[in-house]
Amino acid sequence: MIFGLGISSQQLSGQLLVGLINGSFYALLSLGLAVIFGMLNIVNFAHGALYMLGAFCAYFLLHILGVNYWGALIVAPLIVGALGALIERTMLHRLAGLDPLYGLLLTFGLALVIQGICQNYVGASGWPYAVPKELAGAQNLGFMLLPNYRAWVIVFSALTCFSTWFLIEKTKLGAYLRAATENPTMVRAFGINVPRMITLTYAFGAALAGLAGVLAAPINQVRPGMGADIISVVFAVVVIGGMGSILGSILTGFALGVIEGLTKVFYPEASNTVVFVIMAAVLLIRPAGLFGRVA
Amino acid sequence: MSAAMLVQKKAQAANADRTLRFAFPAMVIALIIAPAFIYPFFLMQALCLALFACAFNLLIGFVGLLSFGHAMFLGSASYVCAHAAKVWGLDPELAICCGVAAATILGAGAGALAIRSQGIYFAMITVALSQMFYFFSVEAPFTHGEDGIQDVPRGKLFGLISLADPPILYAFTLGIFCLGFLAIYRTVNSPFGEILKAIRENESRAISLGYRANQYKLAAFTLSAALAGLAGATKAIIVQGASLSDVAFSTSGEVVLMTLLGGMGTFFGPVVGAFVVAAMQNYLAQFGEWVTVIQGAIFIICVLLFRRGIVGELAAFKMRRVLRDDRDVGLSQKS
Repeated sequence: MIFGLGISSQQLSGQLLVGLINGSFYALLSLGLAVIFGMLNIVNFAHGALYMLGAFCAYFLLHILGVNYWGALIVAPLIVGALGALIERTMLHRLAGLDPLYGLLLTFGLALVIQGICQNYVGASGWPYAVPKELAGAQNLGFMLLPNYRAWVIVFSALTCFSTWFLIEKTKLGAYLRAATENPTMVRAFGINVPRMITLTYAFGAALAGLAGVLAAPINQVRPGMGADIISVVFAVVVIGGMGSILGSILTGFALGVIEGLTKVFYPEASNTVVFVIMAAVLLIRPAGLFGRVA
Repeated sequence: MSAAMLVQKKAQAANADRTLRFAFPAMVIALIIAPAFIYPFFLMQALCLALFACAFNLLIGFVGLLSFGHAMFLGSASYVCAHAAKVWGLDPELAICCGVAAATILGAGAGALAIRSQGIYFAMITVALSQMFYFFSVEAPFTHGEDGIQDVPRGKLFGLISLADPPILYAFTLGIFCLGFLAIYRTVNSPFGEILKAIRENESRAISLGYRANQYKLAAFTLSAALAGLAGATKAIIVQGASLSDVAFSTSGEVVLMTLLGGMGTFFGPVVGAFVVAAMQNYLAQFGEWVTVIQGAIFIICVLLFRRGIVGELAAFKMRRVLRDDRDVGLSQKS
């Protein structure tokens, strides 16, 4: 018993774990959004749909081609990333120089198409995806039971997030990317293929969403609605963290997942809205977001 | 101002006059005759959606603010109106007033938060706020969660005229739609509307001229919310209920679709778009989820190929002809 509120430490740590898991997905998705936004100046409304596609790729890879979870963890993001590259080349590419709102509308349309097709194919209910046998079972930590797979998701997504941060902020490739964001014409003058970089950036962001989808498949069911459910929360996370910031979106993602989990323990009725309430409060105090540079 | 711009201004002003003198009566006459050919219940719902889209267009078309959460205003007014008519037993006109008041208050609050950011941030914040309202509607006791509010009495207008009679209900709906439409027309063509357009074109310049851009934006946002609320409240009386789908994210997306398809920044575009989208939902209902796919495809096609929408493309075509004629006249006068 803690705080004398009649809440067991088991319940608390259980919800904290759920919060961390959700936080992992928020972080991965808002990171992808931030990467795409930084380079293309587009809010990728199709991000939720790409996340869902990642999960479906994992499912089909397993049940049709017999590729197991570990294979899917590599192949599914590649497929989703390739689709992202295709989307950028054939559609988003034509919107360069227009009001960024058109990019938002286009990707919203894409999300409807992808989600609608999946819903026709699958129906509203989901398909189960088994936890890989290497990660089945759980560790008894004394105060709680920690399923191996959940621990893996948290560690793996944290690693992915921080390596992405490292790639963009600390490597030469990342320096090119950041330079191209600041002044694409100048970077092109140095002989760097900026349009190809833009395509690859969108593909990379899409692949991150796909990866999150594969990670989510064994935890939640594989459902067509899974992307639409999460995307508005991810938007709120991005607004709270500040659009410009890679590190901000990662930290905010994890933190909000945990806060959401804690709210489920102390005041369950508000657990769905707490992220949005925090967003409103942050907007009042710091309109640019906690880590943002510009409003 | 260059001569070419003056000519264009003149052409636009002439066009605007013609809008009210010819196109508006033509639309009203068409809508009066329509129930003879088209199922009136469908028409009434489409009219509510059209008013909703017009209210949304006031923001995107004339202030340049893309709200991706307008369903919260439609839905909140719908819920409050249904509750007022059913539980409090108010007459329909009072119930609608309650609904509009609720949407206005919500609009002022949401607007005050959202206008602190611009462009895509604004859009994302409205998404998040409307999701917050959605979850509130799921939890709040008076909305009855998944069931929604059902069997709302249509009641008697001013305690005298029963709205149960379909022709009267249709006339009532058409009246409200025209009222909303004219209110938007008047707003846009007022000095206030001119300042809104100035803010859309160049906000920093409007500020440097001494206009408090944020206050204008907030006023426009609140007005748009109130009119969206009028549409939602009227809808609650027509369909005799309010449900979660009124506040759902998909409804926010649909109103964007209607306006984009019909033509952002035109007066009749949202009306045309709303009727097309409503017809699609109604007549393609047997295709189930394919309607979503079609809607998404329309979004993509509109953004890639015709960004001005149906009415916008028509107006641009006409404008090109008017300008060409004017230029010919100008040239012959000079020589």
